[in-house]
Amino acid sequence: MLIRRKSDLTEADVTDPAWYARRREFLQGTAALLLAAGGLRPAQAGHGGRALQYRPRPDLAAKDALTDFSDVTTYNNFYEFGTDKASPAELAGRLTTDPWSVTIDGEVARPGTYALEDILKPHGLEERIYRLRCVERWSMVIPWIGFPLADLIRRFEPTSRAKYVEFTTLYRPEEMPGQRRAVLDWPYVEGLRMDEAMHPLTLLAVGLYGEVLPNQNGAPLRLVVPWKYGFKSIKSIVRIRFTEQMPQTTWHKAAPHEYGFYANVNPAVDHPRWSQKRERRIGEFRKRKTLPFNGYAEQVAHLYAGMDLRRFF
Amino acid sequence: MGLRHIDGLRVGVFTAALLPALWLGYAFFTDRLGANPFEALTRSSGEWTLRFLLLTLAMSPLREAFGWRWPLRLRRMFGLYAFFYGLLHLTTYLWFDQFFDWPEIGRDILKRPFITAGMGALLILAALAATSNQAMMRRLGRRWKPLHRLVYPAVVLAVLHHFWLVKADLRWPAIYGIIAAGLLGWRLYRRYRRRGSPVVVRA
Ligand code: HEM
Repeated sequence: MLIRRKSDLTEADVTDPAWYARRREFLQGTAALLLAAGGLRPAQAGHGGRALQYRPRPDLAAKDALTDFSDVTTYNNFYEFGTDKASPAELAGRLTTDPWSVTIDGEVARPGTYALEDILKPHGLEERIYRLRCVERWSMVIPWIGFPLADLIRRFEPTSRAKYVEFTTLYRPEEMPGQRRAVLDWPYVEGLRMDEAMHPLTLLAVGLYGEVLPNQNGAPLRLVVPWKYGFKSIKSIVRIRFTEQMPQTTWHKAAPHEYGFYANVNPAVDHPRWSQKRERRIGEFRKRKTLPFNGYAEQVAHLYAGMDLRRFF
Repeated sequence: MGLRHIDGLRVGVFTAALLPALWLGYAFFTDRLGANPFEALTRSSGEWTLRFLLLTLAMSPLREAFGWRWPLRLRRMFGLYAFFYGLLHLTTYLWFDQFFDWPEIGRDILKRPFITAGMGALLILAALAATSNQAMMRRLGRRWKPLHRLVYPAVVLAVLHHFWLVKADLRWPAIYGIIAAGLLGWRLYRRYRRRGSPVVVRA
Protein backbone atom coordinates (compact mmCIF):
# COMPACT_ATOMS: atom_id res chain seq x y z
CA MET A 1 0.00 0.00 0.00
CA LEU A 2 1.19 3.43 -0.80
CA ILE A 3 1.00 6.10 1.80
CA ARG A 4 -0.67 9.25 0.60
CA ARG A 5 1.78 12.07 0.79
CA LYS A 6 1.91 15.39 -0.91
CA SER A 7 4.85 15.98 -3.22
CA ASP A 8 7.99 17.33 -1.64
CA LEU A 9 7.54 20.28 -3.91
CA THR A 10 4.57 22.19 -2.68
CA GLU A 11 3.01 25.27 -4.10
CA ALA A 12 4.75 27.31 -1.41
CA ASP A 13 8.17 26.26 -2.69
CA VAL A 14 7.46 27.41 -6.17
CA THR A 15 6.11 30.88 -5.72
CA ASP A 16 4.58 32.44 -8.79
CA PRO A 17 7.16 34.82 -10.25
CA ALA A 18 4.55 36.93 -12.00
CA TRP A 19 5.03 40.49 -10.91
CA TYR A 20 1.57 41.73 -11.51
CA ALA A 21 -0.84 41.40 -8.67
CA ARG A 22 -3.71 39.06 -9.31
CA ARG A 23 -6.58 39.59 -7.04
CA ARG A 24 -7.24 35.90 -6.66
CA GLU A 25 -3.73 35.24 -5.39
CA PHE A 26 -3.84 38.23 -3.15
CA LEU A 27 -7.04 37.02 -1.53
CA GLN A 28 -5.70 33.50 -1.15
CA GLY A 29 -2.52 34.86 0.35
CA THR A 30 -4.47 36.96 2.81
CA ALA A 31 -6.59 33.98 3.80
CA ALA A 32 -3.49 31.85 4.36
CA LEU A 33 -1.96 34.56 6.54
CA LEU A 34 -5.09 34.82 8.63
CA LEU A 35 -5.17 31.05 9.08
CA ALA A 36 -1.49 30.99 9.99
CA ALA A 37 -2.02 33.78 12.52
CA GLY A 38 -4.71 31.65 14.09
CA GLY A 39 -2.30 28.70 14.30
CA LEU A 40 -4.12 26.81 11.58
CA ARG A 41 -2.84 25.18 8.41
CA PRO A 42 -4.91 25.43 5.26
CA ALA A 43 -6.79 22.21 4.56
CA GLN A 44 -5.01 19.65 2.36
CA ALA A 45 -5.47 20.45 -1.32
CA GLY A 46 -9.15 19.47 -1.35
CA HIS A 47 -10.72 20.56 -4.61
CA GLY A 48 -13.81 18.43 -4.29
CA GLY A 49 -12.73 15.38 -6.28
CA ARG A 50 -11.99 11.89 -4.95
CA ALA A 51 -8.49 11.85 -3.48
CA LEU A 52 -5.98 9.41 -4.99
CA GLN A 53 -3.13 7.52 -3.42
CA TYR A 54 0.14 8.15 -5.14
CA ARG A 55 3.87 8.36 -4.80
CA PRO A 56 5.48 11.70 -5.60
CA ARG A 57 8.30 11.70 -8.13
CA PRO A 58 10.40 14.74 -7.21
CA ASP A 59 12.88 13.62 -9.86
CA LEU A 60 10.16 14.18 -12.46
CA ALA A 61 8.82 17.42 -11.03
CA ALA A 62 9.35 20.54 -13.10
CA LYS A 63 10.81 23.30 -10.97
CA ASP A 64 8.33 25.82 -12.40
CA ALA A 65 5.50 27.31 -10.34
CA LEU A 66 2.31 25.27 -10.51
CA THR A 67 -0.57 26.73 -12.48
CA ASP A 68 -3.58 27.46 -10.26
CA PHE A 69 -6.02 24.57 -9.97
CA SER A 70 -8.82 26.92 -11.00
CA ASP A 71 -7.00 27.85 -14.21
CA VAL A 72 -6.09 24.25 -15.02
CA THR A 73 -9.74 23.26 -14.70
CA THR A 74 -11.52 26.22 -16.35
CA TYR A 75 -9.33 26.94 -19.38
CA ASN A 76 -9.51 23.82 -21.50
CA ASN A 77 -9.38 22.82 -25.12
CA PHE A 78 -11.77 19.89 -25.26
CA TYR A 79 -13.74 20.42 -28.47
CA GLU A 80 -16.09 17.56 -27.57
CA PHE A 81 -17.70 20.10 -25.22
CA GLY A 82 -17.38 23.18 -27.41
CA THR A 83 -14.64 25.13 -29.11
CA ASP A 84 -14.15 27.84 -26.50
CA LYS A 85 -12.06 27.37 -23.41
CA ALA A 86 -14.88 27.82 -20.89
CA SER A 87 -17.40 25.30 -22.27
CA PRO A 88 -15.67 22.12 -21.09
CA ALA A 89 -15.81 23.20 -17.44
CA GLU A 90 -19.46 24.20 -17.86
CA LEU A 91 -20.67 21.16 -19.79
CA ALA A 92 -18.44 18.21 -18.92
CA GLY A 93 -20.15 17.60 -15.60
CA ARG A 94 -22.80 15.45 -17.25
CA LEU A 95 -20.28 13.04 -18.76
CA THR A 96 -20.63 9.53 -17.33
CA THR A 97 -17.16 8.25 -16.51
CA ASP A 98 -18.24 5.25 -14.45
CA PRO A 99 -18.68 2.61 -15.81
CA TRP A 100 -15.88 3.04 -18.32
CA SER A 101 -14.17 0.52 -20.49
CA VAL A 102 -11.17 0.60 -22.78
CA THR A 103 -10.75 -1.54 -25.88
CA ILE A 104 -7.25 -2.76 -26.61
CA ASP A 105 -6.80 -4.17 -30.07
CA GLY A 106 -4.76 -4.30 -33.24
CA GLU A 107 -1.29 -5.80 -33.24
CA VAL A 108 -1.38 -7.08 -29.68
CA ALA A 109 -1.29 -10.48 -28.01
CA ARG A 110 -4.06 -9.82 -25.49
CA PRO A 111 -6.79 -7.81 -27.22
CA GLY A 112 -10.10 -7.21 -25.49
CA THR A 113 -12.42 -4.73 -23.89
CA TYR A 114 -11.50 -4.14 -20.29
CA ALA A 115 -13.22 -2.35 -17.45
CA LEU A 116 -11.24 0.70 -16.36
CA GLU A 117 -10.66 -0.88 -12.92
CA ASP A 118 -8.96 -3.83 -14.57
CA ILE A 119 -6.85 -1.55 -16.72
CA LEU A 120 -5.67 0.40 -13.68
CA LYS A 121 -5.41 -2.36 -11.04
CA PRO A 122 -1.78 -3.44 -11.39
CA HIS A 123 -0.37 0.09 -11.74
CA GLY A 124 0.91 2.15 -8.85
CA LEU A 125 0.19 5.86 -9.26
CA GLU A 126 2.81 8.59 -9.30
CA GLU A 127 2.70 12.35 -9.19
CA ARG A 128 4.70 14.08 -11.90
CA ILE A 129 4.82 17.82 -12.42
CA TYR A 130 4.98 18.48 -16.15
CA ARG A 131 4.91 21.56 -18.31
CA LEU A 132 2.08 21.53 -20.84
CA ARG A 133 2.57 23.65 -23.97
CA CYS A 134 -0.47 24.24 -26.17
CA VAL A 135 0.01 24.81 -29.89
CA GLU A 136 -1.89 28.08 -29.34
CA ARG A 137 1.09 29.58 -27.49
CA TRP A 138 0.01 29.22 -23.89
CA SER A 139 1.37 26.86 -21.28
CA MET A 140 0.68 25.49 -17.82
CA VAL A 141 2.49 23.48 -15.15
CA ILE A 142 0.36 20.62 -13.88
CA PRO A 143 0.83 18.01 -11.15
CA TRP A 144 -0.50 14.91 -12.88
CA ILE A 145 -1.29 11.61 -11.19
CA GLY A 146 -0.78 8.59 -13.40
CA PHE A 147 1.50 5.76 -14.50
CA PRO A 148 3.84 5.20 -17.44
CA LEU A 149 2.09 4.19 -20.64
CA ALA A 150 5.01 1.81 -21.23
CA ASP A 151 3.92 -0.33 -18.25
CA LEU A 152 0.47 -0.78 -19.74
CA ILE A 153 1.84 -1.53 -23.20
CA ARG A 154 4.13 -4.25 -21.84
CA ARG A 155 1.20 -5.89 -20.09
CA PHE A 156 -0.79 -6.33 -23.28
CA GLU A 157 2.18 -7.54 -25.33
CA PRO A 158 2.14 -5.81 -28.71
CA THR A 159 3.38 -7.96 -31.60
CA SER A 160 6.51 -7.22 -33.59
CA ARG A 161 4.33 -5.60 -36.24
CA ALA A 162 3.17 -2.88 -33.86
CA LYS A 163 4.92 0.32 -34.99
CA TYR A 164 2.43 2.88 -33.70
CA VAL A 165 -0.16 3.28 -30.97
CA GLU A 166 -3.48 4.88 -31.86
CA PHE A 167 -5.77 6.36 -29.19
CA THR A 168 -9.45 7.21 -29.54
CA THR A 169 -11.63 9.48 -27.41
CA LEU A 170 -15.15 8.54 -26.40
CA TYR A 171 -17.83 9.38 -28.98
CA ARG A 172 -21.07 10.12 -27.15
CA PRO A 173 -22.86 13.17 -28.56
CA GLU A 174 -25.69 12.87 -26.00
CA GLU A 175 -23.18 13.81 -23.31
CA MET A 176 -20.61 15.61 -25.42
CA PRO A 177 -22.55 18.40 -27.12
CA GLY A 178 -19.56 19.59 -29.13
CA GLN A 179 -19.72 16.33 -31.09
CA ARG A 180 -23.12 17.31 -32.50
CA ARG A 181 -21.37 19.71 -34.85
CA ALA A 182 -18.85 18.50 -37.39
CA VAL A 183 -16.13 20.91 -36.27
CA LEU A 184 -13.68 17.99 -36.30
CA ASP A 185 -13.95 14.49 -37.70
CA TRP A 186 -15.24 12.67 -34.58
CA PRO A 187 -14.22 10.65 -32.73
CA TYR A 188 -10.93 12.32 -31.85
CA VAL A 189 -7.91 10.20 -32.70
CA GLU A 190 -4.29 10.66 -31.70
CA GLY A 191 -1.21 8.53 -32.03
CA LEU A 192 2.40 7.97 -31.08
CA ARG A 193 5.28 6.10 -32.59
CA MET A 194 6.06 2.99 -30.53
CA ASP A 195 9.31 4.41 -29.11
CA GLU A 196 7.51 7.61 -28.10
CA ALA A 197 4.79 5.59 -26.43
CA MET A 198 7.37 3.52 -24.55
CA HIS A 199 9.34 6.56 -23.39
CA PRO A 200 9.43 6.79 -19.59
CA LEU A 201 8.07 10.38 -19.63
CA THR A 202 4.89 9.35 -21.47
CA LEU A 203 2.14 9.16 -18.90
CA LEU A 204 -1.38 7.80 -18.71
CA ALA A 205 -3.03 10.15 -16.25
CA VAL A 206 -6.04 9.52 -14.04
CA GLY A 207 -5.75 12.57 -11.82
CA LEU A 208 -4.31 16.00 -11.14
CA TYR A 209 -3.66 17.98 -7.99
CA GLY A 210 -3.98 14.75 -5.98
CA GLU A 211 -7.53 13.95 -7.05
CA VAL A 212 -9.27 12.12 -9.89
CA LEU A 213 -9.29 14.05 -13.16
CA PRO A 214 -12.10 16.57 -13.46
CA ASN A 215 -14.16 15.61 -16.52
CA GLN A 216 -13.06 18.70 -18.44
CA ASN A 217 -9.45 17.58 -18.10
CA GLY A 218 -10.10 14.24 -19.79
CA ALA A 219 -11.55 11.92 -17.15
CA PRO A 220 -11.23 9.13 -16.45
CA LEU A 221 -8.10 8.30 -18.48
CA ARG A 222 -5.94 10.53 -20.64
CA LEU A 223 -2.54 10.70 -22.21
CA VAL A 224 0.15 13.21 -21.21
CA VAL A 225 3.15 13.66 -23.52
CA PRO A 226 4.98 16.65 -22.08
CA TRP A 227 7.35 17.35 -25.00
CA LYS A 228 4.56 17.59 -27.57
CA TYR A 229 1.87 20.20 -28.17
CA GLY A 230 -1.16 19.67 -25.98
CA PHE A 231 -3.44 18.30 -28.67
CA LYS A 232 -1.36 15.09 -28.72
CA SER A 233 -2.34 14.42 -25.11
CA ILE A 234 -5.71 12.89 -25.94
CA LYS A 235 -8.49 12.88 -23.34
CA SER A 236 -11.16 10.41 -22.19
CA ILE A 237 -9.61 7.41 -23.94
CA VAL A 238 -11.82 4.44 -24.90
CA ARG A 239 -9.55 2.65 -27.33
CA ILE A 240 -5.85 1.87 -27.62
CA ARG A 241 -4.92 0.20 -30.87
CA PHE A 242 -1.53 -1.03 -32.04
CA THR A 243 -0.88 -0.52 -35.74
CA GLU A 244 1.72 -1.02 -38.40
CA GLN A 245 0.67 2.17 -40.22
CA MET A 246 0.95 5.70 -38.91
CA PRO A 247 -2.46 6.64 -37.45
CA GLN A 248 -4.51 9.36 -39.16
CA THR A 249 -4.75 11.87 -36.35
CA THR A 250 -7.67 14.29 -36.06
CA TRP A 251 -5.94 17.69 -36.22
CA HIS A 252 -3.67 16.48 -38.97
CA LYS A 253 -6.72 15.53 -41.01
CA ALA A 254 -8.37 18.90 -40.27
CA ALA A 255 -5.37 21.00 -41.36
CA PRO A 256 -2.43 18.89 -42.61
CA HIS A 257 -0.14 21.85 -43.23
CA GLU A 258 -0.70 23.21 -39.72
CA TYR A 259 -0.63 20.09 -37.52
CA GLY A 260 1.76 17.24 -38.13
CA PHE A 261 1.81 13.77 -36.64
CA TYR A 262 4.83 14.50 -34.45
CA ALA A 263 3.83 17.92 -33.09
CA ASN A 264 6.96 18.20 -30.97
CA VAL A 265 7.22 21.54 -29.23
CA ASN A 266 9.68 23.46 -31.37
CA PRO A 267 10.32 27.22 -31.19
CA ALA A 268 12.18 27.08 -34.51
CA VAL A 269 9.20 25.88 -36.54
CA ASP A 270 6.33 28.35 -36.83
CA HIS A 271 2.71 27.44 -37.00
CA PRO A 272 1.68 28.92 -40.37
CA ARG A 273 -0.40 31.52 -38.56
CA TRP A 274 1.83 32.39 -35.64
CA SER A 275 5.35 32.12 -34.38
CA GLN A 276 6.05 29.43 -31.77
CA LYS A 277 9.07 31.24 -30.31
CA ARG A 278 7.30 32.42 -27.20
CA GLU A 279 4.46 31.35 -24.99
CA ARG A 280 2.32 32.80 -22.26
CA ARG A 281 2.49 30.79 -19.09
CA ILE A 282 -1.00 31.02 -17.66
CA GLY A 283 -0.89 33.36 -14.67
CA GLU A 284 2.08 35.34 -15.96
CA PHE A 285 2.25 38.62 -17.82
CA ARG A 286 5.54 38.51 -19.71
CA LYS A 287 5.89 35.84 -22.32
CA ARG A 288 8.51 33.14 -21.93
CA LYS A 289 10.80 31.70 -24.54
CA THR A 290 9.51 28.35 -25.71
CA LEU A 291 12.08 25.60 -25.18
CA PRO A 292 12.86 22.87 -27.72
CA PHE A 293 10.82 19.79 -26.82
CA ASN A 294 9.22 21.94 -24.13
CA GLY A 295 12.40 21.67 -22.03
CA TYR A 296 12.58 17.87 -22.25
CA ALA A 297 15.19 17.79 -25.06
CA GLU A 298 17.76 16.00 -22.91
CA GLN A 299 15.38 13.10 -22.37
CA VAL A 300 13.72 12.86 -25.79
CA ALA A 301 15.78 14.55 -28.53
CA HIS A 302 17.52 11.24 -29.37
CA LEU A 303 14.18 9.82 -30.52
CA TYR A 304 14.36 12.16 -33.49
CA ALA A 305 18.06 12.00 -34.30
CA GLY A 306 18.64 12.50 -38.02
CA MET A 307 15.07 13.60 -38.69
CA ASP A 308 14.34 16.91 -40.38
CA LEU A 309 12.10 18.49 -37.76
CA ARG A 310 10.89 21.11 -40.23
CA ARG A 311 9.49 18.39 -42.42
CA PHE A 312 8.28 16.13 -39.65
CA PHE A 313 6.68 18.91 -37.62
CA MET B 1 -18.73 68.19 -33.95
CA GLY B 2 -20.67 71.34 -33.28
CA LEU B 3 -23.19 71.72 -30.50
CA ARG B 4 -26.07 71.14 -32.90
CA HIS B 5 -24.99 67.50 -33.13
CA ILE B 6 -25.57 66.88 -29.46
CA ASP B 7 -28.92 65.36 -28.72
CA GLY B 8 -30.44 62.72 -26.50
CA LEU B 9 -30.16 59.90 -28.99
CA ARG B 10 -26.52 60.50 -29.64
CA VAL B 11 -25.59 60.92 -26.01
CA GLY B 12 -27.40 57.70 -25.14
CA VAL B 13 -25.83 55.67 -27.93
CA PHE B 14 -22.41 57.18 -27.28
CA THR B 15 -22.59 56.07 -23.65
CA ALA B 16 -23.90 52.62 -24.48
CA ALA B 17 -21.15 52.05 -27.01
CA LEU B 18 -18.57 52.84 -24.36
CA LEU B 19 -19.91 50.17 -21.99
CA PRO B 20 -18.06 47.18 -23.50
CA ALA B 21 -14.74 49.00 -23.07
CA LEU B 22 -15.61 50.02 -19.51
CA TRP B 23 -16.70 46.49 -18.67
CA LEU B 24 -13.50 45.02 -20.13
CA GLY B 25 -11.41 47.39 -18.06
CA TYR B 26 -13.36 46.59 -14.93
CA ALA B 27 -13.30 42.83 -15.57
CA PHE B 28 -9.58 42.92 -16.27
CA PHE B 29 -8.68 44.64 -13.05
CA THR B 30 -10.98 42.48 -10.96
CA ASP B 31 -9.72 39.23 -12.50
CA ARG B 32 -12.97 38.27 -14.17
CA LEU B 33 -11.56 37.45 -17.59
CA GLY B 34 -10.57 33.88 -16.81
CA ALA B 35 -7.22 32.15 -16.95
CA ASN B 36 -5.90 34.10 -19.92
CA PRO B 37 -7.10 37.68 -19.50
CA PHE B 38 -4.80 39.04 -22.22
CA GLU B 39 -6.22 36.73 -24.84
CA ALA B 40 -9.72 37.65 -23.65
CA LEU B 41 -8.95 41.36 -24.17
CA THR B 42 -7.70 40.77 -27.71
CA ARG B 43 -10.66 38.64 -28.63
CA SER B 44 -13.32 40.81 -27.12
CA SER B 45 -11.93 44.05 -28.57
CA GLY B 46 -11.68 42.36 -31.99
CA GLU B 47 -15.29 41.24 -31.82
CA TRP B 48 -16.47 44.73 -30.86
CA THR B 49 -14.49 46.25 -33.72
CA LEU B 50 -16.28 43.97 -36.14
CA ARG B 51 -19.70 44.57 -34.55
CA PHE B 52 -19.37 48.34 -34.77
CA LEU B 53 -18.14 48.09 -38.32
CA LEU B 54 -21.24 46.10 -39.27
CA LEU B 55 -23.47 48.50 -37.32
CA THR B 56 -21.97 51.37 -39.30
CA LEU B 57 -22.82 49.61 -42.52
CA ALA B 58 -26.33 48.82 -41.37
CA MET B 59 -27.38 52.46 -40.97
CA SER B 60 -28.04 53.36 -44.61
CA PRO B 61 -30.09 50.22 -45.31
CA LEU B 62 -32.14 50.91 -42.15
CA ARG B 63 -32.84 54.40 -43.31
CA GLU B 64 -33.85 53.22 -46.76
CA ALA B 65 -35.92 50.31 -45.63
CA PHE B 66 -37.95 52.14 -42.99
CA GLY B 67 -37.56 55.75 -43.99
CA TRP B 68 -36.13 56.62 -40.56
CA ARG B 69 -33.81 59.55 -40.27
CA TRP B 70 -32.05 58.66 -37.04
CA PRO B 71 -29.74 55.95 -38.45
CA LEU B 72 -27.78 58.48 -40.46
CA ARG B 73 -27.21 60.56 -37.35
CA LEU B 74 -25.46 57.58 -35.74
CA ARG B 75 -23.43 56.34 -38.68
CA ARG B 76 -20.32 58.40 -38.11
CA MET B 77 -20.31 57.65 -34.38
CA PHE B 78 -20.45 53.92 -35.01
CA GLY B 79 -17.64 54.20 -37.52
CA LEU B 80 -15.50 56.08 -35.02
CA TYR B 81 -16.28 53.50 -32.38
CA ALA B 82 -15.20 50.73 -34.76
CA PHE B 83 -11.89 52.56 -35.07
CA PHE B 84 -11.69 53.07 -31.30
CA TYR B 85 -12.17 49.36 -30.55
CA GLY B 86 -9.83 48.53 -33.44
CA LEU B 87 -7.13 50.64 -31.79
CA LEU B 88 -7.69 48.88 -28.47
CA HIS B 89 -7.48 45.56 -30.30
CA LEU B 90 -4.25 46.51 -32.04
CA THR B 91 -2.80 47.77 -28.76
CA THR B 92 -3.47 44.47 -26.98
CA TYR B 93 -1.74 42.69 -29.84
CA LEU B 94 1.28 45.00 -29.93
CA TRP B 95 1.67 44.97 -26.17
CA PHE B 96 0.44 41.72 -24.63
CA ASP B 97 1.09 39.48 -27.62
CA GLN B 98 4.33 40.91 -28.98
CA PHE B 99 5.66 43.21 -26.25
CA PHE B 100 6.56 45.73 -28.95
CA ASP B 101 9.02 43.39 -30.62
CA TRP B 102 8.96 45.38 -33.86
CA PRO B 103 10.96 43.01 -36.10
CA GLU B 104 8.68 40.18 -35.03
CA ILE B 105 5.58 42.35 -35.59
CA GLY B 106 6.86 43.26 -39.06
CA ARG B 107 7.34 39.60 -39.90
CA ASP B 108 3.85 38.82 -38.61
CA ILE B 109 2.27 41.51 -40.80
CA LEU B 110 4.11 40.27 -43.89
CA LYS B 111 3.92 36.53 -43.29
CA ARG B 112 0.53 35.89 -41.72
CA PRO B 113 -2.38 36.62 -44.04
CA PHE B 114 -4.79 37.10 -41.13
CA ILE B 115 -2.60 39.82 -39.61
CA THR B 116 -2.05 41.42 -43.02
CA ALA B 117 -5.80 41.60 -43.58
CA GLY B 118 -6.48 42.98 -40.08
CA MET B 119 -3.80 45.61 -40.53
CA GLY B 120 -5.23 46.60 -43.91
CA ALA B 121 -8.70 46.98 -42.42
CA LEU B 122 -7.44 49.06 -39.53
CA LEU B 123 -5.35 51.36 -41.73
CA ILE B 124 -8.43 52.08 -43.80
CA LEU B 125 -10.44 52.81 -40.65
CA ALA B 126 -7.69 55.17 -39.52
CA ALA B 127 -7.85 57.11 -42.78
CA LEU B 128 -11.63 57.30 -42.58
CA ALA B 129 -11.58 58.38 -38.94
CA ALA B 130 -9.05 61.11 -39.75
CA THR B 131 -11.29 62.49 -42.50
CA SER B 132 -14.60 62.09 -40.72
CA ASN B 133 -15.17 65.60 -39.40
CA GLN B 134 -16.99 68.49 -41.09
CA ALA B 135 -13.78 70.36 -41.88
CA MET B 136 -12.30 67.40 -43.70
CA MET B 137 -15.56 66.77 -45.50
CA ARG B 138 -15.52 70.33 -46.79
CA ARG B 139 -11.87 70.18 -47.71
CA LEU B 140 -12.19 66.93 -49.62
CA GLY B 141 -15.41 67.98 -51.31
CA ARG B 142 -16.35 65.57 -54.08
CA ARG B 143 -13.49 63.24 -53.19
CA TRP B 144 -14.86 62.56 -49.72
CA LYS B 145 -17.48 60.07 -50.80
CA PRO B 146 -15.27 57.79 -52.91
CA LEU B 147 -12.70 57.85 -50.12
CA HIS B 148 -15.27 56.73 -47.57
CA ARG B 149 -16.44 53.91 -49.81
CA LEU B 150 -13.18 52.28 -48.70
CA VAL B 151 -15.19 51.10 -45.72
CA TYR B 152 -16.44 48.26 -47.96
CA PRO B 153 -13.01 46.73 -48.60
CA ALA B 154 -12.31 47.30 -44.89
CA VAL B 155 -15.26 45.11 -43.96
CA VAL B 156 -14.21 42.45 -46.44
CA LEU B 157 -10.69 42.44 -44.97
CA ALA B 158 -12.06 42.29 -41.43
CA VAL B 159 -14.20 39.26 -42.23
CA LEU B 160 -11.28 37.54 -43.98
CA HIS B 161 -9.14 38.29 -40.91
CA HIS B 162 -11.70 36.49 -38.77
CA PHE B 163 -12.02 33.50 -41.13
CA TRP B 164 -8.28 33.04 -41.35
CA LEU B 165 -7.57 33.17 -37.63
CA VAL B 166 -9.93 30.51 -36.29
CA LYS B 167 -8.60 26.99 -35.85
CA ALA B 168 -11.55 24.86 -36.87
CA ASP B 169 -14.84 26.36 -35.76
CA LEU B 170 -16.07 28.61 -38.57
CA ARG B 171 -19.43 29.37 -36.96
CA TRP B 172 -18.80 32.94 -35.84
CA PRO B 173 -16.78 34.05 -38.86
CA ALA B 174 -19.61 32.61 -40.96
CA ILE B 175 -22.31 34.47 -39.02
CA TYR B 176 -20.49 37.81 -39.26
CA GLY B 177 -19.57 37.01 -42.85
CA ILE B 178 -23.19 36.46 -43.84
CA ILE B 179 -24.25 39.73 -42.20
CA ALA B 180 -21.44 41.57 -44.00
CA ALA B 181 -22.35 39.92 -47.29
CA GLY B 182 -25.98 40.96 -46.79
CA LEU B 183 -25.05 44.58 -46.11
CA LEU B 184 -22.68 44.77 -49.07
CA GLY B 185 -25.02 42.77 -51.30
CA TRP B 186 -27.84 45.19 -50.59
CA ARG B 187 -25.68 48.02 -51.88
CA LEU B 188 -24.76 46.15 -55.03
CA TYR B 189 -28.39 45.34 -55.61
CA ARG B 190 -29.35 48.99 -55.19
CA ARG B 191 -26.71 50.09 -57.66
CA TYR B 192 -27.82 47.51 -60.16
CA ARG B 193 -31.47 48.55 -59.82
CA ARG B 194 -30.62 52.23 -60.14
CA ARG B 195 -28.64 51.60 -63.30
CA GLY B 196 -31.37 49.41 -64.72
CA SER B 197 -34.23 51.85 -64.16
CA PRO B 198 -34.74 54.89 -66.40
CA VAL B 199 -35.51 57.23 -63.50
CA VAL B 200 -32.72 57.81 -61.01
CA VAL B 201 -34.21 57.77 -57.53
CA ARG B 202 -31.72 58.93 -54.97
CA ALA B 203 -32.15 59.64 -51.34
C1 HEM C 1 -10.77 46.43 -38.44
C2 HEM C 1 -9.85 45.69 -38.00
C3 HEM C 1 -10.00 44.41 -37.22
C4 HEM C 1 -11.11 43.68 -36.91
C5 HEM C 1 -12.56 43.96 -37.25
C6 HEM C 1 -10.67 42.55 -36.15
C7 HEM C 1 -11.51 41.57 -35.64
C8 HEM C 1 -11.08 40.46 -34.95
C9 HEM C 1 -11.94 39.41 -34.47
C10 HEM C 1 -13.45 39.35 -34.64
C11 HEM C 1 -11.17 38.51 -33.83
C12 HEM C 1 -11.62 37.18 -33.23
C13 HEM C 1 -12.00 37.25 -31.82
C14 HEM C 1 -12.41 35.90 -31.30
O1 HEM C 1 -11.81 34.88 -31.69
O2 HEM C 1 -13.33 35.86 -30.50
C15 HEM C 1 -9.81 38.98 -33.89
C16 HEM C 1 -8.72 38.33 -33.34
C17 HEM C 1 -7.43 38.76 -33.47
N1 HEM C 1 -6.98 39.86 -34.16
FE1 HEM C 1 -8.13 41.22 -35.10
N2 HEM C 1 -9.30 42.59 -36.02
C18 HEM C 1 -8.86 43.71 -36.67
C19 HEM C 1 -7.54 44.15 -36.79
C20 HEM C 1 -6.47 43.49 -36.26
C21 HEM C 1 -5.09 43.95 -36.36
C22 HEM C 1 -4.65 45.24 -37.01
C23 HEM C 1 -4.33 43.01 -35.73
C24 HEM C 1 -2.83 42.97 -35.51
C25 HEM C 1 -1.96 43.62 -36.18
C26 HEM C 1 -5.19 41.97 -35.24
C27 HEM C 1 -4.78 40.86 -34.56
C28 HEM C 1 -5.61 39.91 -34.03
C29 HEM C 1 -5.17 38.80 -33.22
C30 HEM C 1 -3.72 38.50 -32.84
C31 HEM C 1 -6.31 38.08 -32.86
C32 HEM C 1 -6.39 36.88 -31.94
C33 HEM C 1 -6.14 35.59 -32.61
C34 HEM C 1 -6.33 34.46 -31.62
O3 HEM C 1 -6.76 34.68 -30.50
O4 HEM C 1 -6.03 33.35 -32.01
N3 HEM C 1 -6.49 42.30 -35.58
N4 HEM C 1 -9.78 40.17 -34.59
